[in-house]
Amino acid sequence: MKSLAELEEIRKRALEQISLRDDKEKIRVVVGMATCGIAAGARPVMNAFVEEINKRKLTNVSVTMTGCIGVCRLEPIVEVISPDGSKVTYVKMTPEKAVRVVTEHLVNGRVCADLTIGAYGQEG
Amino acid sequence: MKDLSLHLMDLLQNSIVAGADLIEITIAASARQDLLVIRIVDNGCGMEPELAERVDNPFVTTRDTRKVGLGIPLFKASANLAGGDLKIDSKPGRGTTVEATFRISHIDRLPLGDIAETITSMIAAHPEADMLIKLDNEKESFVLDTAGIKATLGEVPVTEYEVLCWLKDYLNEGVKKIFGGVLNEIAG
Repeated sequence: MKSLAELEEIRKRALEQISLRDDKEKIRVVVGMATCGIAAGARPVMNAFVEEINKRKLTNVSVTMTGCIGVCRLEPIVEVISPDGSKVTYVKMTPEKAVRVVTEHLVNGRVCADLTIGAYGQEG
Repeated sequence: MKDLSLHLMDLLQNSIVAGADLIEITIAASARQDLLVIRIVDNGCGMEPELAERVDNPFVTTRDTRKVGLGIPLFKASANLAGGDLKIDSKPGRGTTVEATFRISHIDRLPLGDIAETITSMIAAHPEADMLIKLDNEKESFVLDTAGIKATLGEVPVTEYEVLCWLKDYLNEGVKKIFGGVLNEIAG
């Protein structure tokens, strides 16, 4: 059974780690989570981002949600917004593609061009 | 929507957009009455009665990206398909209550789905909003109050990965304890 005592232990451990972090400006990962996104599978995509970002120990990335981005047929849609405000829009995401975006884009700074809305437009 | 937890996610997102910072979620199953109730009570901006009456129409929405809003109509359709209904009670400035009912044994009732993942995703994306989650089976109940969790955590954010994992496990245990054997998709 999970207990509140366990939560207290987590708190103590987390406090030690938090003090080691620097306050670099954050990259924002925004997952479209309106009816269209949810029905298309946005929740597992968001979950994959949260898990992979933790696995890679990235402390300069926050994951959040937004409503309908406006291109429902391309959901699940994820926007990656850099501290300088530049934005990359990934479309038709899956948990597997999310893992790739974390590794290539968030860790190594290389945009996964083939997954972006621009690449999709050219194909279709 | 594939399951009820996805509908719940959609409705919670509505509450957040309405500016709610306290959302009460009740999921109550009564084997005796063959009835499952999902109720979402928020303290968001609420709706005028004219709007509240019409939001189950897919062509009524407040968003400006398009003229269709499917969240509530789809939830209502899922309830109706399973011998239930959906009711909305809303007051401007006070908040909105949405309640959907389902016949538990109805062949077309959607499975509950991953309630824990819905709740922890909402907490991760909207840590500023508090959620009070109540699960009930008439005999026993389970409560998770994120305000209490935040008080225990102090300066540690509720979005810490380890905290989210704990919340997910804790909720999963609650779902299993309360609905195991009551909802046939959840093993007792």
